[in-house]
Formats: sequence, C-alpha cells, structure tokens
Amino acid sequence: MLTYITRRFLQGIVVLLAVSMICFFIFQFMGDPVITMAGRYATFQEQEEVRRAFGLDKPIHERYALFIWNAVQGNFGKSYVSRVPALGLILERFPATFELAACAVCIAFGTGLGLGVLVSLKPYALRNRLIMALSLGGISMPTFLTGILLIMIFSVFWQLLPSFGRGETVQVGFWRTGLLTVEGLKHLILPALTLASYQLAVLLRLTRAGMREVLTQEYIKTAWAKGLAPHTVVLKHALRNVMIPVVTITGLQFGELLAFSIVTETIYQWPGMGNLLLTSIYENDQPVIVTYIMLAAAIIITLNMVVDILYALLNPKIRYD
Amino acid sequence: MTERRIKSRLLWNYLHDPSALAGSLLLVLFITAAVAAPWITPQNPYDLTTLSLEHFLKPPIWMEGGLSPFLLGTDDQGRDILSTIVFGCRTSLIVGFSVVLISGTFGVLIGLMAGYYGRWLDVVTMRLADTVFSFSTTLLAFLLLGIMKHGGIGVVILAICIADWVRYARTMRGSVLEVKEEAFITAARAAGAGDLRIMFRHILPNALTPIFVVVAVDLAVVIMLEATLSFLGVGVPLTEPSLGMMISIGKNYIYAGMWWMIVFPGAALVLLVVGINLFADWLREELNPKIEKTGRFFHL
Repeated sequence: MLTYITRRFLQGIVVLLAVSMICFFIFQFMGDPVITMAGRYATFQEQEEVRRAFGLDKPIHERYALFIWNAVQGNFGKSYVSRVPALGLILERFPATFELAACAVCIAFGTGLGLGVLVSLKPYALRNRLIMALSLGGISMPTFLTGILLIMIFSVFWQLLPSFGRGETVQVGFWRTGLLTVEGLKHLILPALTLASYQLAVLLRLTRAGMREVLTQEYIKTAWAKGLAPHTVVLKHALRNVMIPVVTITGLQFGELLAFSIVTETIYQWPGMGNLLLTSIYENDQPVIVTYIMLAAAIIITLNMVVDILYALLNPKIRYD
Repeated sequence: MTERRIKSRLLWNYLHDPSALAGSLLLVLFITAAVAAPWITPQNPYDLTTLSLEHFLKPPIWMEGGLSPFLLGTDDQGRDILSTIVFGCRTSLIVGFSVVLISGTFGVLIGLMAGYYGRWLDVVTMRLADTVFSFSTTLLAFLLLGIMKHGGIGVVILAICIADWVRYARTMRGSVLEVKEEAFITAARAAGAGDLRIMFRHILPNALTPIFVVVAVDLAVVIMLEATLSFLGVGVPLTEPSLGMMISIGKNYIYAGMWWMIVFPGAALVLLVVGINLFADWLREELNPKIEKTGRFFHL
C-alpha cells in the first residue's frame, strides 16, 4: 500500500510538471503581454521597460526554471492587470467559490441520491416516470441555460430572489463568508441551484441504474427473505453498494464542478475564482490564468489520489501492487 | 440465435419504442433543417447585406410590434431569430459530428492498441487518459480555448477533441480486454493471423458495441459543450452563428423583458439534446452487455 501511495504521489508531481510546462510554453506563442501592460500607445522604450520589469526579456528556459522555482515557493508572479500577486488574488476569491460549490454538491447529492433510490423502487409508477423525464431534461439542459432561465423566472418575472453578486458577507478570520447573513443566503439560492441541477440529474440516473442492478442480486433476495425491514434492505444492503461507485465517479469528476462553477459565477457575477479566470482570459492576464490552472491541477490530482487510495482501502477486491 | 434474427429484433424493438422513435425523429428534423438552412430560412443572418438595423429587437410576430417575416422576432443586430437558430443548429451539428468522428476514431484506435498490446503502451496512454478525464472535457476544452482563443470552428473542434478522446479510449480498452480473452481470438492466433489482422478483423468488430452508446451520449455532451463555450465567449467567433452566443447576447436584454432572444434558442438547444439523449437512453438499454449477455457479440 505504501509503495502504491508513493508511486501515485510521484505520478502526481510528474503530471503537475507536465501541466506547468504545457501552459508555460503555450503562452509563449499567444500574444505579447507587454502590449496589455504597457498600453496600446506605449513607446518602444516604455515597452522595453515593462519587458525588463517583468523579466520577459530573459531566454525561455531560464524563465521556465525561474517560474518553477518561484511556484514551489508559492510565488506565481504578479497579475499583469491589477499588479498584485496572482496567487493572493485567486485565494481571496476561494471562499466564495468553495461555499457555492459545497452547497451545490450537498443539494445534488441529497436530492440526487434520494430521488434515485425512490425511482428505482418502483420504476414504472407514473410519478417516477415523471421524475425520470425531468432528469432527462436535467441532463439535456446546459448549466448556463438553467442559470439564465432561473434568473428570468425568479429575479425578472417574480422578483423574488437577487441574481447578482454575493450580498452581505461577514469576515471570520481569513474567511469571508456569505452563509451567516440572510442577504448572503438569499443570494446563494439561485447560483447553488444552477450549479447543482446538472449534477443532480446525473447522480439521480447513476443511482437509479446502480440500484436497479443491485436490487436483482441474490444477497438482496436473501435480505428480503430474512424478513428484514424494507429500509434496512434498501438503505443498508443495496444503497451502500451503489454508493461506492457513485461517490468515486463524483470525486473523479471534480474538474467538471470547477468548469460549471466558472459558468455559474459568470452568469450571477459571483465574486469567485471562476469569474476571475474568465475576466483574466478576456484581459490576457497570463499569471492569473497559469496560477488558476496550476491550482486546479493540484487540487484535482490530490483529490484523485485520495479517492483512489480510499477506494483501495474500502474495497478489498481491489489491490494495487 | 442467428445474427439476422437479433438484428431484426433490434429493429423491431426500435420501431416499438415511442421515446426512441421520438428522439430520432427530433434529430432527423434538426439535421434536415440544418442541411437545408440557406433555402428554408427567410434571411441569412450572417450575410450583412440582408440585415437592416431598423428591424432590431422586434418581438415575435404574434405580439404587438411584431413584423413579418420575423416569426420569432429579431435580435439587437436585426437578425431574424428563427433563421439564426437554424444556422446555429448547423454549427452545433457540424461541431458535434466532427468531434464524435475525429475523437471517436482516435480514441477507439488508442483504446484498441492499449488493450491489445498492454504493457507500457497501456500504462502511458491510460495514465494520460486518467489525467485528461479528471480535468473533465469541459474544463480542459475551456482552458485550451481560453489560452488559444479567437480561432474559428476548427480550433473549437480541435480543443474539444483533445479533451474528449478519452471517453472512447477508456471504453474501448475495457471492451478489448474482455474480447481478447475469448476463444476465437486464440483460434485466430493459432491459425496464424498477425497482430493487425487480429486487432482489426477479430477484436474491433466485437468490441465496438459499447462505443455506439458512447457515441450517442457524447454527441449530446459535445453539442452542449460547444454552446457553453460559445456562451462564455471562447467558442466559435462572433462572425459565426451559434446557439450559445445567441443566448449570451439575449442575456443582456432579459431585464428589458425581451425573453424571445433566450427562450427560442434555448428551446432549440434543449430539444436537440433531448432528442439525442432519448435515442442514447434506448440504445444503452438495448445494448447494455450487463443486462443482455447472450447477444453481446452480434448486436448491430
């Protein structure tokens, strides 16, 4: 097991290095940031000054080595636009994204698993067919459309909920939270529902498929035959076995969550990391983009490792050696 | 059971499944409209000579202020919404089918080789696939386009393909590993067949069944992805029609109550994807090797 963990760890570092190299070199061919920073009408001399100030005049391998050396120390350079450290800029927006994503995952998991189990018990009941039809709509509706339709219904038409920003926030230590004020919670409802909707439909369908398969197994028949209470059979014997692959898939699809949070944050002007990333892409702010990618890669790789290791520990059938 | 009977049973099931029929009917409808776009639409929304700015932001024809021939109204540039939707679906379908074809071919070949040869080839390609997969198609395509940006439809297709081949490769590899153990492969090898012949003549046709399901699901996913990317402004350029871009433009006008710029393109997008998903659902039920073991090697 220890060898397995060590190997996965080393692989993770290799992947991170590869990611850093790819984005570093792609950026060499994509536009000159000096023009962004010095302004369109800067003289040649001003441009050269900026180039020197940001170290853009050195040869490429030197800059890459410097980039890695600084990155290891948590220094990803300064944003070309706002001239503050890129990492700080992103981390400042982390709580907003985290709160949104966490709420969305909770909604998606609770509702998706619950409805999935419910539907699998009587697949042909009218109510359950209706739920399945809705879930088909759910996986066929892109997140951005869900978001805009929710705004149209709840903010424009009924004027019930706010559609813009995070509302009132409270500073708790280094964390700025919107969960402690009524306004903050009200602002959270629509974005969280938007981000949850697609994943909810996917989870529902995964759970239903898994349950339908498990419920026909011999050990479930045995459990029924023993006269166990229905909730014991369904929740303890069946759902548990369905949960492992469902949780694994969700854990491994964390990148999807990040991607959809970019969409959601853009629609609701949510002051999170995704919103910042999109603005940076429009403004060609390379340090921020690179930092976001590296941060996302690090989180995704770590999460994958944790999921794989937990999976190996939980499932005795799988042994990695 | 002979192959012929199973084939006809598949067809029979298809013809007697209302949702599969409805789904494919929707898809055929969209494809026909997209192919015939220049002839059936009242206006070519990207031909500047046919646009007239005085017709901008008109509501649908049945509402007050509506104007013939703009059945579903116009956008801020005076483009007819219905025409733009038809041309936008064209882009969606071009991107969707191109990606499925290109990344499907590459993915299947990579999965086939990884599963067949095993060893380092398997380790390297599947580690790569795992990494790409965990970034997710959406995030990877978005980041690639965010870095490259402003490229045109070709670049969008390329970026999605780079992120998307892994679905096919992983499925194919799993399927190949199963088929590889079958007796007829050993028999073929004993009869002196070479690697290439075994791979393409014996394994490929028998391992392809799950790929058909992936193709159907993937088509829906890619069409939604293209819309999302265009909505975010990193997808197809402004000069090309796209459902995602239409909705992105319409977003600026929702507070003014101009719902038709969102609702109609949105409905078109959802209907198209629902159609594909209905068909994909049916195909999955039909071909699922876990539910239906006996016919696995003969389907389709």
